[in-house]
Amino acid sequence: MTLESLTYASATELSSGLRTAEISAVELTQACIDVIAKQNPAVNAVITLCQESALTEAKAADLRLREGSAGPLTGIPLLHKDIFCTRNVATTCASKMLANFIPPYDATVVSRLRAAGTVMLGKTNMDEFAMGSSTETSVFGVTRNPWDLNCVPGGSSGGAAAAVAAGFTPLGTGTDTGGSIRQPASLCGITGLKPTYGRVSRLGIIAFASSLDQAGPMTRTVEDAALMLQAMSGVDAGDSTSADLEVPDFSGGLNQPISGLRIGIPKEYFSQNLDQRVADKIHQALDELVKEGAELVDIDLPHTEQGIATYYIIAPAEASTNLSRYDGVRFGHRCESPLSLTDLYERSRSEGFGEEVQRRILVGTYALSAGFYDAYFKKAQQVRRLISEDFQKAFEHCDVIAGPAAPGPAFPLGAKSDDPLAMYLEDVYTLSVNLAGLPGLSIPAGLVDGMPVGLQLIGRSFDEATLLRVGHRFQLCTDHHHAKPVLGGASQ
Amino acid sequence: MSWEVVMGLEVHLQLATNSKIFSGAANQFGAEPNVQACAVDLGMPGMLPVLNSEAVRYAVMFGLAIDARLGKRSVFDRKNYFYPDSPKGYQISQFFEPIVCEGHFDIPMEDGSLFPVRITRAHLEEDAGKSVHDAYTGQTGVDLNRAGTPLLEIVTEPDFRTAAQAVAYLKALHSLAIYLGISDGNMAEGSMRCDINISLRASGSEGFGTRTEIKNVNSFKFVEKAIAVETERQQDVLESGGTITQETRLYDAEKNETRAMRSKEVANDYRYFPEPDLLPIIIDDEYISAIKSALPELPSIKRERFISDYELSHYDAALLVDTPTLANYFETAAIQSKAPKLTANWILGDLAGTLNRENLDISQSPVSAESLAGLIVRIADDTLSSKLAKQVFEGLWQQEGTADAIIETRGLKQVTDTGALETMVDQVIEANPDQVAQYRAAEEGKQKKLVGFFVGQVMKASKGQANPQLLNTLLVKKLNGS
Repeated sequence: MTLESLTYASATELSSGLRTAEISAVELTQACIDVIAKQNPAVNAVITLCQESALTEAKAADLRLREGSAGPLTGIPLLHKDIFCTRNVATTCASKMLANFIPPYDATVVSRLRAAGTVMLGKTNMDEFAMGSSTETSVFGVTRNPWDLNCVPGGSSGGAAAAVAAGFTPLGTGTDTGGSIRQPASLCGITGLKPTYGRVSRLGIIAFASSLDQAGPMTRTVEDAALMLQAMSGVDAGDSTSADLEVPDFSGGLNQPISGLRIGIPKEYFSQNLDQRVADKIHQALDELVKEGAELVDIDLPHTEQGIATYYIIAPAEASTNLSRYDGVRFGHRCESPLSLTDLYERSRSEGFGEEVQRRILVGTYALSAGFYDAYFKKAQQVRRLISEDFQKAFEHCDVIAGPAAPGPAFPLGAKSDDPLAMYLEDVYTLSVNLAGLPGLSIPAGLVDGMPVGLQLIGRSFDEATLLRVGHRFQLCTDHHHAKPVLGGASQ
Repeated sequence: MSWEVVMGLEVHLQLATNSKIFSGAANQFGAEPNVQACAVDLGMPGMLPVLNSEAVRYAVMFGLAIDARLGKRSVFDRKNYFYPDSPKGYQISQFFEPIVCEGHFDIPMEDGSLFPVRITRAHLEEDAGKSVHDAYTGQTGVDLNRAGTPLLEIVTEPDFRTAAQAVAYLKALHSLAIYLGISDGNMAEGSMRCDINISLRASGSEGFGTRTEIKNVNSFKFVEKAIAVETERQQDVLESGGTITQETRLYDAEKNETRAMRSKEVANDYRYFPEPDLLPIIIDDEYISAIKSALPELPSIKRERFISDYELSHYDAALLVDTPTLANYFETAAIQSKAPKLTANWILGDLAGTLNRENLDISQSPVSAESLAGLIVRIADDTLSSKLAKQVFEGLWQQEGTADAIIETRGLKQVTDTGALETMVDQVIEANPDQVAQYRAAEEGKQKKLVGFFVGQVMKASKGQANPQLLNTLLVKKLNGS
C-alpha cells in the first residue's frame, strides 16, 4: 500500500490489512502521523498530536493482532474532537478558557474506543465550545477546508471533518448539538452520523447544551460509521440520559436491501433558502435510492422554520449555565491579580471566552431571566414538543426522511463571521433533528463546483440501523464517498 | 398597639446517605478539606450528576410521615448563581415540581395540646461547599467536601405565631428525622439549618406585613433568640413610623442581633430551569407502599401509645419519645419494672439530671434500662425508700452491680420487719423518759411535731433503713400508751 492509499483507505479495509499482516498498526499510525506533519500546517485540523502515545498504543495493538485477540477496530487510528476529555492529554474546547486544562479522566466515548483497540492520534480543532458552524472561532486559529483552503470546513466539528477528508485519519469523533457533525461532514465530503439522543454517553464530553449534545462517528464510509457507532454506543451508569436499550448489530444489518423503503421528502427542506445546485444533487441522490427500490413520499415538517428560533433559545439557555463553572476558581483561565471576587469572575470570563461564546451566554441568560422565562424558554420548550410531533406524524408515512444537510456548499473563510444570523442558518436542516432527539446521517452526494454536498437522512428514534442501511446502499451504488481533495488545489 | 408575629420556616435537613446526592463520593462530616469531593463535586468539565436513589427514598419516607401528597413525577431544576463554594455555578434543586407537596405535622406543646403545622413542600437539592475565610491571610479557601451533600428543604406555611411554636416544630422535626433514620440530626455540624421568614401585623388583622428572612440559624436556642430580637427590631421600626424592607438578614449570636446581608450576598434572579442532565423522578404506588410498610413507629404514634399503654401524661410521653433511643430505654425499663409511671419519673428526673450534669446522652448512660428497672422494682416493693433508692442509683451509676447486689453490699435494705422495728421503738422510748412525758403532756397538734424526735432516734439506730411509714405508725401507737 502506498502512503496515500493507506491513509485514504477505510477502517474496514485497514482492519483486514492489519489482520492479514499486510500492514502493521505501527506502520499505519506512522503513516497518519507523517501525513498530519506534512499537511496539517495548511489545514490546521489537528491541535494536539500524540505522536509518542499513539505509537505505543499501536505497538500494543500489533501485539493483540498477533495474538489473535483483536477486534475490528484494533490498531485503527483515530482523532478525537477536542471536546472529549482525554486523560492526561490537554482538552481545550478550542478556548482560551481551557487552554491549560488536562483532565484526569477519559470521556466514556474515549475509553470505549480505547477498549476497542483504536489508536488515538490526537485532538481536532473545533469552534470554541462547539458554538459555531465554520470552525473559525477556535483560539487555535481557523481550520481550512481540504477541498479549498480558502473555504471553511463547517463546524463545529470542522477539525474532525477536515482531518478525515484530508486523509489524516480514517476515523474521527464529533459532537452534534445542532448539526455540528452533519454540516461539516457535508462541507468536507465525508460520512457523519449524529446518533439518537441517549444512544451514546455524554459523560466526559464538555457540555454545550445538555439536552441536545450527542457524540457520533465521522468517517469515510457508512460501513466505518457502523463499526465506530457499535463501539461508542450503550448505556452508561455515569450518564442518566443514556438509554438503557440493547444496541443492535449495526454492521450486521448493512447489506439488507432497501426495496419498499419509504423515504419522506419534506418540502420545507427544499425552500428558497436552499442553493439550487445543492437541491439538484439531493434529487440525483434520491433518484439513485429509487433505483434501489425505495419509494419517495411527500411529507410536511411544518415547524421547520420555528426550529431555528427554538434552538437559539434552548441551546444558549443551557449553555449559559453549563459554562458557569468556568469562573477562574478551580481550573481554566484566571485573570491576573483579581481585585475582588466579582473582578475575578468578570475578567476571567471576559478574557477566557471568545465573542460567540459570550454572545450565547448573554442570549441564554436573558432567555432564562425572571420575566422572560415564559416568553422565551418555556415557549421554546413548547415549540420543541411541536417539532417532535411533526417528526412523529411524518414517520407514520415514511421510514426515513431525506434532504440536504446544509443549505449550500462550503463558503469562504470570513464570509459569515460578522453575521451571526447567516451563520445560524447553516443549521436550518439539522437542528430540528437535535430538538427532536432523532438520529441523522450526512453522506457525500457529489460535488458542486468542486465542493462537496451532503445528503442528510433522518431516522426514527433509536433507528440508526435503517439510516446506516440506506447510507451503505447509496455508497454501494455511487462513488461520491471515494472523491478526495487535492490539498491546496481543486478536486480531482 | 399590639402586634402579632407571623412566621414560616424553611429547614435544610442534611440526609444521612452513604454517598452524595449526585456522586459516589462519601458523605461524611469532618474530613480534611477537599478529600471527599470527586470530579462531579468539583464541577469538572464533562462531569454529570447521577441521582442517589437513597436520597429519593429518604424524601419519600419523610413525605409519608407527614401524610403529604407525593409527586408521582418530580423534576430537578438548576438554580443559577455564582459563588466560589458553588462549583458548577448552579445548584441542582427542585423548583417547579418538588417531590413532597402539602403535608401536615402536629406538634406536641408543653401543655399537652397539639399545634398543627402545614408543610407547603419538601424538595431535594445539593448542599454547597464552604468558603474558608480564616485559613489564609488575605485569601479565601474553598472546601468542597460538603458540596453535593443531599438536602431535604422543608418549607412550612406561615403558621407560627410564637417562638415557642417554632422551636417546638423544629424539635419535633428533628425527632422525626432521627426516627426515620434519614438524618443524623447533628445540629452543631449543620445537619439541620433553619431560615425564618418573619413579619409583624396588627393583632386581629388578616393581611401579612412585609417579611424578612433570617438565614441559616442552626440551634434551637438561636432560633428562639433570633425571633425575639427580630420581632423587637421590626416592632421598633413600625412603631416609630418606619417600614420594613423585604431582605435577607443574618443572626449574629455573639451580639444577639440580626443584620441585613450585604446586597452582593443576595442573588435576585436564580434563572431556574429544568436540569437537562437528569431524568424526572418517577415513583409508583408499589414503590411508595414498600417504603410505607417499612416505616418505623413514628414519634406521634409512639407518644399516643405511651399515654394509653403506660398511663403517662402528655408531657412526659412527649419528652420520652424524643429519640428512639430514649423511648426504647423507657419501654425496656417500664416493662421489666412493671411500674411505668415510676420509671418515667426516674428517667426524666434523676437519670436525666445526672446525664445532663455529666453531659452525656441516653445512649451513653452507665445505667442500663435493665439496671434501672432492677432499682424501680425494689422501690415498688418497698424494699427501698426514696432516700435509699438515691443511694442505690448512685451505686448503679458507679457500676457497682445490680440494684439487689448494691442493696446487699451497701446494706441498704429498708427495715420493714414489724418485730425488729418494735424492739427499736421500745428501746428509744425507754431511753428517753423525759421526752415521752413531754409528748404525753402536749396537745394533739403539738404532738405531731414532737414525734419527729423519736423518728430521728429510731432512724439513727436503724442506720436510716427503717421504713418511715411503718415507723411512724408504731411510734404513735406506743407513745399514746397502747
